[in-house]
Amino acid sequence: MSEAYQHPLMKYVRKGALRQPHCSGCGNGIIAQCMLRAIDELGSDMGKMAFVSGIGCSSWIPSPFFNVDMLHTTHGRPLAFATGVKLGNPELRVVVFTGDGDGAAIGGNHLIHASRRNIEILAVLVNNRIYGMTGGQVSPTTPHGMKTTTTPYGNLEHPFDLSKLVEAAGASYVARWTTFHVKQLVSSMKKGLLKEGFAFIEVVTPCPVQYGRYTGIKDPVESLLMLKKLSVPLSKAKSMSEAELEGRIVIGEFVDRDVVGLTKAYRQLLAEVGA
Amino acid sequence: MKTSVKNIIEPGTHFITGNEACALGAIVAGCRYFAFYPITPANEIAEHMSTLLPKVGGVYMQMEDEISSIASVIGSSWAGRKSMTATSGPGFSLMQENIGYAVMTETPCVIVDVQRSGPSTGTPPLPMQGDVYQARHGSHGEYEIVALAPSSARDMFLLTIEAFNLSEAYRIPAIVLSDALVGHMTESVEIPDPSTITIIERMKPKEPPEECRPFLSEDVAPMPVFGSGYRVHVTASTHDEKGFRNVENPIFVDNLVRKICMKIRKHRNEIVNVETKYLEDAEVALLAYGSVARSALHVVKWAREEGLKVGYVRLITLWPFPDEVIRDVARKVNKIMVLENNMGQIVNEVARVVGGEAEVKFLPPRILGTIHEPSYTMEKLKEVYK
Amino acid sequence: MHLKSASPRIVISEELCKGCGICIALCPMKVLDRSDKLSSRGVYPPVSVNGNKCTACRICQHYCPDLAIYIVTEEKN
Repeated sequence: MSEAYQHPLMKYVRKGALRQPHCSGCGNGIIAQCMLRAIDELGSDMGKMAFVSGIGCSSWIPSPFFNVDMLHTTHGRPLAFATGVKLGNPELRVVVFTGDGDGAAIGGNHLIHASRRNIEILAVLVNNRIYGMTGGQVSPTTPHGMKTTTTPYGNLEHPFDLSKLVEAAGASYVARWTTFHVKQLVSSMKKGLLKEGFAFIEVVTPCPVQYGRYTGIKDPVESLLMLKKLSVPLSKAKSMSEAELEGRIVIGEFVDRDVVGLTKAYRQLLAEVGA
Repeated sequence: MKTSVKNIIEPGTHFITGNEACALGAIVAGCRYFAFYPITPANEIAEHMSTLLPKVGGVYMQMEDEISSIASVIGSSWAGRKSMTATSGPGFSLMQENIGYAVMTETPCVIVDVQRSGPSTGTPPLPMQGDVYQARHGSHGEYEIVALAPSSARDMFLLTIEAFNLSEAYRIPAIVLSDALVGHMTESVEIPDPSTITIIERMKPKEPPEECRPFLSEDVAPMPVFGSGYRVHVTASTHDEKGFRNVENPIFVDNLVRKICMKIRKHRNEIVNVETKYLEDAEVALLAYGSVARSALHVVKWAREEGLKVGYVRLITLWPFPDEVIRDVARKVNKIMVLENNMGQIVNEVARVVGGEAEVKFLPPRILGTIHEPSYTMEKLKEVYK
Repeated sequence: MHLKSASPRIVISEELCKGCGICIALCPMKVLDRSDKLSSRGVYPPVSVNGNKCTACRICQHYCPDLAIYIVTEEKN
């Protein structure tokens, strides 16, 4: 890397890890930058943060790119590992990166319970609506009817509405954006980093290589603009019918409430017990 | 040891179950995070931990399953706390993937498996020694592990502490392979003054972050916990000494697997622990571990009263297997009778190391799911002794 | 006399750029276009063709998945 290249966010990136492994046009890099911008704008100390990720393309957003204490875990389990990290040292600000397969299929149960526990963790779930890393299999968020490597006749199942799931489970902050909505994403990430409870941000992202194979939209720019086209702000969606919302991506902040987080409740318990 | 610990656990004689002794041992060892999912016959460990831990500033977490229990234990260990989980067979099976993660990332932690009759759901409150092989190779891939076998409630206290010490010294997951009988039996336990017990802490790095190599040392690497300024990269992909992934060159696989295994193999003699009695003139040795060893010792003493030259070998460490100690025993005796509450697991290790030095016999209990009745063992021993 | 401040400087890294084309497409002032020279990574990175039109909105910078482009203005980097 040339000495002259001084990108303002480079100070948050590990030396030697500047070249991210994502495909050309993958939204992961955009999300990575949003995260670093949120940290930068808050003036947060990355030395007091811990990132946890699972297995899948989005788990490579912070690992090894971010210059931070990093726990790259087993498939589906980052929220469980992160729960231990946060309870082990509540002073650390803990952020989890997961995907639609990692977080909502194999990791679905941990997502539900982390939300219910309202543990003070920010979870960013990158939803590319397919299993990208393994070649394009159907995922719990793949649209109904879509063909993938394992639904050659079309997907018989319906996708999760993850924001509704997490809201019902008890999260304190729930938002959904796409990689087109970088300004809102940075703003949500800042809120999530400061939230004293479970904060969940779903980011719908293009996967030009695997998802694009099946929609025919393989160009990075077209895939990104398609997400913009499909997006509907929550305020507008409220007055739309189910049929009108079919295939659309509802974006916005769904939940923003203040409920005592788990580590705070535990601290109170320790004070009462007289530890 | 903190004085608060002394206030919780008074030195002296206590009449307690193995499971309670395990919880006390964990607290004395410095465990400050325990995660658990209910399963018989391990539940009492959790119940005691949930009451004791908050009193010493520790955290008890009941997770949604065994997978997340061991996952959060590993996370908490990287956050700097000594961490433990407990379970039985079905939960132990679920934990295997993440036990492999702990091996791969050199994360100190303790897993207590209070074995029950299997396979599968089996009979929860009945003991069996069916998870011995699973403790060794339950996770996929090539690795080494440490597993200890308590025989008494006192052992549950002491070996839980030993498990923590081994896990911190070698940066490994250490397994306490108990069973329903030892976990649920109530007996006298001498709790020593905690200040007289040796407690080992993981090594912190002395060098600055740029020079720190937190993994795959020639011996044991220092462990920079999260938040201490080292920005450590922990991954279970094949990695180098700095923790960075390299999955392109087999040289990295070779380096990693050899070091992970040699870390324990090199230190086998320091790790293994075997109790022997009456071996000097023995012609036959009874070899057992865990709850079965109680019955075996009773038979050895009875046999001696009847003039039979019988020796006693109790394995306290199951893994790594104490090759040299057992080979020595085989040189002294003609026959080794291995008593296990299963269809033959550790006996195969005994046969492996013994070679032709002595004859190896296997004796399960008359009824699997119970420990050997002394009269039954005596009858079989006499047949072998001839 | 009114002194015009210098145009923002557009800095592009050919080592990091993967040629996705997002910056070129999203620039509201059509400042960028594809280079006709293949980079060492085998892609066609962007080049500034209308640099004087750049308003430093930083859309290119903020949307780049690879941190391969950033804008330098006099006030801040």
